[in-house]
Amino acid sequence: MSSEHPTEGNEALFEAENLTLVYGDTPAFEGVSLSIPAGEITALVGPSGCGKTSFLMSLNRLSDLVPNCRVTGSLRLGGQDILSSEVDLIALRRRVGMIFQKPNAFPFSIRKNLTFPLQEHGVRDRDKLATLVEASLRDVGLWDEIKDRLDAPALSLSGGQQQRLCLARALALKPEVLLLDEPCSALDPLSSGVVEDLIVSLRGRYTIVIVTHNLAQARRVADQVAVFWVQGGAGRLIESGSVGQVFEDPQDELTRSYVTGQRG
Amino acid sequence: MSRFRVDEGLLWSLRGVAFLAGTIVVFVVAFVGWEASAALRSVGLSRFVTDPSWYPSEGLYSVLPMLVGTVLVTAGAVLTATPLGIMAAIFCNHYAPAFVARPYRRMIELMSGIPSVVYGFWGLVTLVPLIAQVEPPGTSLLAGIMILTVMILPTVTLFADSSIGRVSEEYTRGAAALGLTRWATVCHVVLPAARPGIVAGVFLATARAIGETMAVLMVCGNVVKTPGSLFDPVRTLTANIALEMAYAMGDHRSALFVTGLVLFLLIVALVWGAELAGEGRARG
Ligand SMILES: Nc1ncnc2c1ncn2[C@@H]1O[C@H](COP(=O)(O)OP(=O)(O)OP(=O)(O)O)[C@@H](O)[C@H]1O
Ligand SMILES: [Mg+2]
Repeated sequence: MSSEHPTEGNEALFEAENLTLVYGDTPAFEGVSLSIPAGEITALVGPSGCGKTSFLMSLNRLSDLVPNCRVTGSLRLGGQDILSSEVDLIALRRRVGMIFQKPNAFPFSIRKNLTFPLQEHGVRDRDKLATLVEASLRDVGLWDEIKDRLDAPALSLSGGQQQRLCLARALALKPEVLLLDEPCSALDPLSSGVVEDLIVSLRGRYTIVIVTHNLAQARRVADQVAVFWVQGGAGRLIESGSVGQVFEDPQDELTRSYVTGQRG
Repeated sequence: MSRFRVDEGLLWSLRGVAFLAGTIVVFVVAFVGWEASAALRSVGLSRFVTDPSWYPSEGLYSVLPMLVGTVLVTAGAVLTATPLGIMAAIFCNHYAPAFVARPYRRMIELMSGIPSVVYGFWGLVTLVPLIAQVEPPGTSLLAGIMILTVMILPTVTLFADSSIGRVSEEYTRGAAALGLTRWATVCHVVLPAARPGIVAGVFLATARAIGETMAVLMVCGNVVKTPGSLFDPVRTLTANIALEMAYAMGDHRSALFVTGLVLFLLIVALVWGAELAGEGRARG
């Protein structure tokens, strides 16, 4: 399966070297070195509490929102150091979009959910906004379902629709990278399948980093896999590589027992 | 005693308390209405608005200047306290570091516990002379608005603070992940989500402002006249009752109950307004 996707040759977009994140004095993950290739889907897997969400949050500096959370080491996006205090966080987060486990559509209309972030980023023209709304909803396959009720409250949509709306909201800002934190785990199997297909359809257009607990899903959608594990009280990256390599020929004993379902 | 009996007992005592609370309100309203009815009959309803002024000794009973006074003082205070309170709550939740936000909250809670006569006294000895320097006599609509603002500010702030605090972190995180500034997040995501609680606080503060007597009486000057400017003295409905009840007799006494009835209607209108606002939200 992995042979269908390019697994070699894509340039690294994110490069983490010896990256560590601490909450107060407790490290969530430690010494992680990982490069994330541009245009591919990288899956982060591992047992609960091994720092996957924390790692994702360091990639768009959302970790800054948590008081006394600190990230050390080196992290580059396209060669630019993004841990520096001079980084324009607004621009960074526009470039690196994020979808959360629980859909977080805002408590107002579907349309406003899409237009208001665009307006805040300087898109004022009404026609342009309307075009972007339609395009992003088409991208996530919601347009035909909800084009007649764009002014209905976003929270009246089903969970799966809300998650796709959140994805559309992120896509409307034309990011380069999408961070997805267990985007399907709060959804029913049917919606989960729809969202998963959607993610696959975005391959190549965006660099995607997806956290998932579902190994089968990681195997289906990802090009690269990174396995995190708690060792010595902190999360560590124990193995990373192409899907084929990690699932068929893992180098690490823990990875082997994890991907064969004996641990984790 | 069996579990069932305990439950039954609790149920009946709760019913009893609820009934008591309900009947007390009904009795108070009925009593005020009964006492007011004498004046309404002998003076006539229309003269309470058409008389040129309020001079009970000469048989003039217009409550209009006092109604205007109450509405102006209340509106002024609510319009000032609402933005201030919301901004204070935003500051506490989204800008202040924890070591500032904590004592700040305690201070506001403390502020809400200060008795109104203390505010009134402070207003009389500090605020009124200051205003008198700008334009005498100092006891004025402006002084009333300022004192009432300080008095209802804690209510508005505490309600706004708790409802802003309850806005889910998912929203603020989601907004930050979209590259929104803190201010855009607060204005467009946090405030709409916190609106019901903020509105409830504003209505409660309004009700308190309408009913406030002592502080307002001490700083407003209490001249029965529709004020022409912020520096003119005013008399509110509550002050009218408090000032004259000690010596009023006959129609005059009954007319004071009419003043009370007008106050009651004002509160009813407010509650009705709050209800409509709530329904509008539920539908919208
Ligand atoms: N805001 C926080 N403050 C303090 N500790 C935290 C915070 N968030 C997470 N942690 C801790 O950091 C560690 C890593 O958490 P993280 O959420 O990154 O793990 P995860 O791999 O995403 O887990 P899950 O699969 O359950 O989502 C955990 O031990 C967690 O308790
Ligand atoms: Mg997680």
